[in-house]
Amino acid sequence: MDLKAPNNVPNEETPKRLFGLLAEFDSTDSLLAASVVMRDEGYKQWDTHSPIPIHGLDEAMGVRRTILPYIVFLCGAAGFLTGLLLQWWTSSIYYPVIVSGKPMFSVPANIPIAFELTILFSAFGAVFGMFALNRLPTFYHGVFNSRRFTKRMTTDRFYVSVEATDRKFDRVKTRQILEAAGSIGVEVVEETPESRFPEVVRKWALPALLVVGALALIPPVVTLRARSRTSETTRLQLIWDMDQQPKYKAQSVNPLFADGRAMRPQSPGTVSRGGADTDDLLYRGLVEGRWATTNAMPINEILLKRGRKLFDIYCAQCHGLDGYGRGPVAVRAERLQEGTWIPPLSMHEETVRNREDGHLFNTISNGIRTMPAYGDQISPKDRWAVVAYVRALERSQSASIEDVPEDRRGELP
Amino acid sequence: MNATTIREIDNTANDPTRRAVLITDQPDFAGLTENVARVAEARRPPKAWYVAFTISVFFFLVMNMAIGYLIWEGTGVWGINIPIGWGWAIVNFVFWVGIGHAGTLISAILFLFRQKWRTSINRFAEAMTIFAVVCAAVFPGIHVGRVWFAYWMFPAPNWLNLWPQFRSPLLWDVFAVNTYMIVSLMFWYVGMIPDLATFRDRAKTRFRQVVYGFLSLGWRGSGRQWHRYEVTYLLLAALATPLVLSVHSIVSFDFAVSIVPGWHTTIFPPYFVAGAIFSGFAMVVTLAVPARQLFGLKNIISLRHLENMNKIILLTGSMVGYAYGIEFFIAWYGGNPAEAFVFVNRALGPYSWAYWTMVSCNVLFPQLFWFKKCRTSLWVMTIVCILVNVGMWFERFVIVVSSLSRDFLPSSWGYYKPTPIDVLTFMGSFGLFFMLFLLFCCYLPMVAMAEVKSLLPQAGLEHGPHRGHGQYWGEIPHQHNGETE
Repeated sequence: MDLKAPNNVPNEETPKRLFGLLAEFDSTDSLLAASVVMRDEGYKQWDTHSPIPIHGLDEAMGVRRTILPYIVFLCGAAGFLTGLLLQWWTSSIYYPVIVSGKPMFSVPANIPIAFELTILFSAFGAVFGMFALNRLPTFYHGVFNSRRFTKRMTTDRFYVSVEATDRKFDRVKTRQILEAAGSIGVEVVEETPESRFPEVVRKWALPALLVVGALALIPPVVTLRARSRTSETTRLQLIWDMDQQPKYKAQSVNPLFADGRAMRPQSPGTVSRGGADTDDLLYRGLVEGRWATTNAMPINEILLKRGRKLFDIYCAQCHGLDGYGRGPVAVRAERLQEGTWIPPLSMHEETVRNREDGHLFNTISNGIRTMPAYGDQISPKDRWAVVAYVRALERSQSASIEDVPEDRRGELP
Repeated sequence: MNATTIREIDNTANDPTRRAVLITDQPDFAGLTENVARVAEARRPPKAWYVAFTISVFFFLVMNMAIGYLIWEGTGVWGINIPIGWGWAIVNFVFWVGIGHAGTLISAILFLFRQKWRTSINRFAEAMTIFAVVCAAVFPGIHVGRVWFAYWMFPAPNWLNLWPQFRSPLLWDVFAVNTYMIVSLMFWYVGMIPDLATFRDRAKTRFRQVVYGFLSLGWRGSGRQWHRYEVTYLLLAALATPLVLSVHSIVSFDFAVSIVPGWHTTIFPPYFVAGAIFSGFAMVVTLAVPARQLFGLKNIISLRHLENMNKIILLTGSMVGYAYGIEFFIAWYGGNPAEAFVFVNRALGPYSWAYWTMVSCNVLFPQLFWFKKCRTSLWVMTIVCILVNVGMWFERFVIVVSSLSRDFLPSSWGYYKPTPIDVLTFMGSFGLFFMLFLLFCCYLPMVAMAEVKSLLPQAGLEHGPHRGHGQYWGEIPHQHNGETE
């Protein structure tokens, strides 16, 4: 089946325009010779066509070396910088994550990715740079109007095409030059305006492109709108993952129960946390609604030693090991002068000395002012031990000679 | 079809006074074009193609079902567990990526070394690379568990303000394999443009003409375009060379950068790269032998081409064998008891069956290629190359599974068994590979016609001041008054 060339070949009726001359050659040597002649004669709008690359043709045609390698180098450098910048910025600036104490900008670890991006960008530079410099794709060119050309160019023949727009073009003289150079056939090539693009393409290409471009803008615009606003509905997502959970939540309807509620009332006999702690004295330091005046635990050396240990752990950082309120936290807070600090009380002030044991117990359990509640960290009995130790501390700073056992009074200065 | 009427000419003789003929029947350009293009232009592909294609599609569908089941149920359907968290999926990934590297080596590295014989096989080897990388990319994609979040591996701003961990070799893999895929695809496509133009000009239906015309971008063989094209080809070859070496090195870093004994060794990057080239060439030979028979390319992919590939297989196989030996030496010399144990365990422990399969297939059988009769015999080379691929799969299996199954803490030791889903997914990946490859054979130019033509006498590039691409100095019976073939 004899197909037409990719675009309509002009026939007698259509208005024709001269494209140029096409000379056919059957060997690389004659092509090279012809190229040298064309170059030396000063032709500019001409080209050779061959199915294989022919070394030496560049010099014969007078083609200057391409700048493509420089483009590739620049793209490669850009790739390398992109790789480093991406990793540096994300790991050191935007969201630094400490991984085993490694440096935030770990250059050796960043080399593989930077290297790959160098190659990738260089390859893009090479390929797309070549396409741009070669003006590819160019689906139409005047030479495609020649059946002699399309039949054998990609197979086994070589050609020189000279365009009529060349200043030195002359139907007769150029033909003579080419035939003298060894051409086996010189053809006049004509084209029609239709040859360039069919009517359909010319009319609809631009509108189609605009429509597609407009449609392509829709997703990013919608996305940006959604990102810059708040919404009362849950966001749309493609993967629901665990968002839809088949379970009943609080305040929702559950048809499985008679009263229709998902939340169920407590069963009889339910005791709340701390609800079994009925001993007011032990758990709250109260006796008949008033602060207990004695310790809930029996006072002995074990209790006091435990109290000292816990006091040193939990209390001394603010109140000091001696209870005067000059613990390291208090000292630093004073130095910082941030204006939010309330100094801890000294255990030895009159107000604290005169407080009941139960009152102290309550302060330890629930905190006061800037002091946090220690009820969750220290068990009730241990808190009574701390109260006992505080009392011992107070006694130690206000004792009289009668408090020292007789047989040891001699040791004092 | 005249596929069988082409004689098998033995061009493997080595005469130091002249270069061997590469394209054995010395066709002219028209003959070569006809020889290659008729494969894609035939009204129907040969019957064997249909059989192979049906089987491939079947396995491809099997793979899809296995993957669907995996995504639905989770990675528990595979045999992986603690301590062996990486099983067949990662072995298969490294296997396929390794196979892919030979294509780029043939295209790029042999180009830089000016090995003219690469022109007959480079198109088809590059196609093999692309399809192997596609198969490889499947496995890391599906092994993550929540496959729908696989896009998290790519650095893109998100509402979680999270970025991937750039210090991890698993992420270096993402960049490396993707770069490799893209660059190989571009290299393959750019190489095909002149040949697609040939198909366009020979097209017998309007549809083909439009499709090939679109794909060939209006190529018109312009000398000015060829100049830039050749520079591009050279640059891509120069870029692809370090790319090949770096990609498989980065894949080896998945193991080498860890602390697992048997993995944490600096020999891995060169060892993996040599192994990749080894398995890749074996796959090229395994594909080339039937393809040249079926599609009538015996004169283009001649015995000499196959022999050259077998020599490379011998070389890289010996390198891999040497690496096995040196690993043992270093394990002993290094004095690290954990590492020494790993190697003794590989040879004598519960996976010794895999280890000895690997050694015999990779080290012993390729040694047959020292003998010319073996490396020029089609049957021997096909069988040895299939065994090499089996051996190389086992090498990755031994590395991944045996090291994980017995590492530092004996109480954590275990044994890995693949499940049927593991096996079906792997077999299915062959279906994907062959399906794509058969489609390539049927619709795209299988041989780089423009490059092979430079080697033929008609190119006339062997005499005169302009030495060309081919630098061909062989016999041209009707021109020289010397001996004829």
